[in-house]
Amino acid sequence: MRLGEQARPAVEIKIDGKRFSCLAGDTVLTAVLLAGRHLRQSEFGDGPRAGFCNMGACQDCWMYRADGERVRACTTYVEGGMDIYTADPQHHVA
Amino acid sequence: MSLEKIVIIGSGPAGTRAAETLLRQGCRNITGISEAPASGGQIYRRQPAGFGRQADEVYGSEAEKATALHRSFDALAGSIDYRPNALVWNIFDRKVFTNGPKGVDEIPFDRLVLTTGAMDRILPIPGWTLPGVFTLGGAQIALKHQACAIGRQVVFAGAGPLLYLVAWQYMKAGAHVVAVLDTSAFANKIAASLKLLALPRLMFRGLKFRRDLKAKGVALHEGVRLARVEGTQSVTAISFEKGGKKQWLACDAVGLGFGLNPEMQLAELAGARTRFDRTFRQWVLAHDGEGRVAEGVYVAGDGHAIGGADVAELTGERAAWAVLADLGLPVSAERQSVIRRALKRQAIFREGIEQSFPLPAEWLADTPDETILCRCENVTFGEVRAAITELEPNDVNRLKAFARPGMGRCQGRVCGHVLAELLAAETGRPLEEVGRLRGQAPVKPLHYKAAAGKAEGAVQVQQWLEQADKVLEDG
Repeated sequence: MRLGEQARPAVEIKIDGKRFSCLAGDTVLTAVLLAGRHLRQSEFGDGPRAGFCNMGACQDCWMYRADGERVRACTTYVEGGMDIYTADPQHHVA
Repeated sequence: MSLEKIVIIGSGPAGTRAAETLLRQGCRNITGISEAPASGGQIYRRQPAGFGRQADEVYGSEAEKATALHRSFDALAGSIDYRPNALVWNIFDRKVFTNGPKGVDEIPFDRLVLTTGAMDRILPIPGWTLPGVFTLGGAQIALKHQACAIGRQVVFAGAGPLLYLVAWQYMKAGAHVVAVLDTSAFANKIAASLKLLALPRLMFRGLKFRRDLKAKGVALHEGVRLARVEGTQSVTAISFEKGGKKQWLACDAVGLGFGLNPEMQLAELAGARTRFDRTFRQWVLAHDGEGRVAEGVYVAGDGHAIGGADVAELTGERAAWAVLADLGLPVSAERQSVIRRALKRQAIFREGIEQSFPLPAEWLADTPDETILCRCENVTFGEVRAAITELEPNDVNRLKAFARPGMGRCQGRVCGHVLAELLAAETGRPLEEVGRLRGQAPVKPLHYKAAAGKAEGAVQVQQWLEQADKVLEDG
C-alpha cells in the first residue's frame, strides 16, 4: 500500500489486458501488486508468486510483455501504454 | 597519473569511495558499472525522479551519510566512464561482460574493483513463497524507493539488526506494524553487549528502535521459533512458538530475513577464492587484508564480507589505496591507518551483532518435507533429503546436480547456503566441509540472443535459435 508520494503524474498501463492507473516512478512490481495480489504463477504449479527480494537478485518477479519478452518487475519502471502480462501471452516455452 | 584501465563494479558506498579515491589520486581511465539506474547501492538507494521526500524521511539517522555519498558520486560521475543500468553477467579473460541499455558489451580491464553488495540470508519456513512474503531488505526498498509498505498489516520476522530498523522505519512512515518476531533470545544480546559497545552510537540506536516500537504498541517477541506463514493464495497470518506456547498473528505481509549473504559470484569468476568464516557462519572472500583477491582484482563492501554501509565506505577506500600502491602511485599511510583502526572497531561490533542474532540453522533438521527449499525450481526439503540419503553427495554442487536445487534463475543466491546447512545437518558433517555452490556465468539471467550477439560462436547460437523457433512453430 502507498504511504505517500502520491502527487506524481498518473500513468496508465495494461495488466493482462485490463487498464490500470499507476504513478510515474512506480516499478512494475509496485503497480501490479497495487492492482492485485500476485505477479505470476510458479512454473511448477506451486501457486502464485509476488516477488521476494525487490532488488533484482532473486528473479522471482518475472512478468511478460505482449511480445513474450521477460520483464523483471522490481527493476523495471512503468511507462505509459505498457502492456504487461502475468503469463507469457505468446505461450513460449519458459 | 595513471591511464591503466580500472573497472569498478557497483556504485554503492564501497564503489563510490573507491572511485572517488582513485580519481583524486590521479587515475584517469576509470569505468564505473552499475546494475541500478542511480548510485547509492541498496542501503542508500535513491528515489526515482519525481519523488519529493527529504533525505531524513528516506534515510532517517543516516540521512547525512546518504546525502554525502550521493554528492560524492554526482561530483565524480562526469569524470569517469559511468555505465548505469548495466548488468555484469560474466568476467572472463580479463574482460567484463555487460548487458545494458545499448545491448551487450565487453570491457577489457587492467584492474578490477568489485563492490557487488549483498542480499538477505533466508531460512525457508513453510509458506515462505506466498505472495506477501518479502525479504527484509525488499520490504525496506519498497518503503525507501517506492514509498510503499509491503502490506496493510506487516510482521517482521527473523534475526538481525535490520529487523528492528525496518520495523521502526515502517512505523515512522505510518504503516501498521503488527509485530517483530525475533528468533534470538534477549539473553544473546546481553551476552554480546560488551562487543556492541565498540560502536556505542549504533548500539544505542538499536535500543531506541526497540523502545519506540514498544511505545507505539508493536509487539516484540524474542526467542521465537517461526512455524509457518499461513495462507493459500497470499499471506493471512504467521504462526510461531515462544516458550513452548504456540501463537498466531493475523497479517497480510511478512518481511523475512536472517542477516545478509555476500554477493560473490563475479569475484569467483574473476579468480577470487573464498574462505569459511565461523563467526558469521558463512563463506566470504579471502583477501590479503587490503582487498586484493587475485592479480589486479580487488574487493570491498558487503560483497566481500558483511560489514554494513560504514565498512563498505572504508573498504572501498582501502581497495583504492591497494590499487594505487600496485600502480606505483603515492598512497596515504595516514588514511590507511585510520581505515585499519576504524575497521577493527567495526569488526568487534560485527562479532557482537552475530552473537546477538545467531542464525537458527538447527531449525532446518525439523523443517517439514513438503516445505519448498529452492523457490526457483520448486524443490522441497523432502526431495533434497531423499537425494542426500539415496545418492550420498559429498558436496553441495553434487547435490545440486542430483536434485536441481540452486539450478534456477536466482543461481542459488537464495537457497545455496540452506542447501549446505541441510547437507551438513543430515550427514553430521561440519558446514565448511560440504562446500558452497560455485559461481557460474551468467550470474543473472539474460536473453540468449543478447549473449550470442557478441560472444564467440554467435553464428552457431543463432542457428540453434532459428531451429528452436522452427520446432516450436511446427508444434
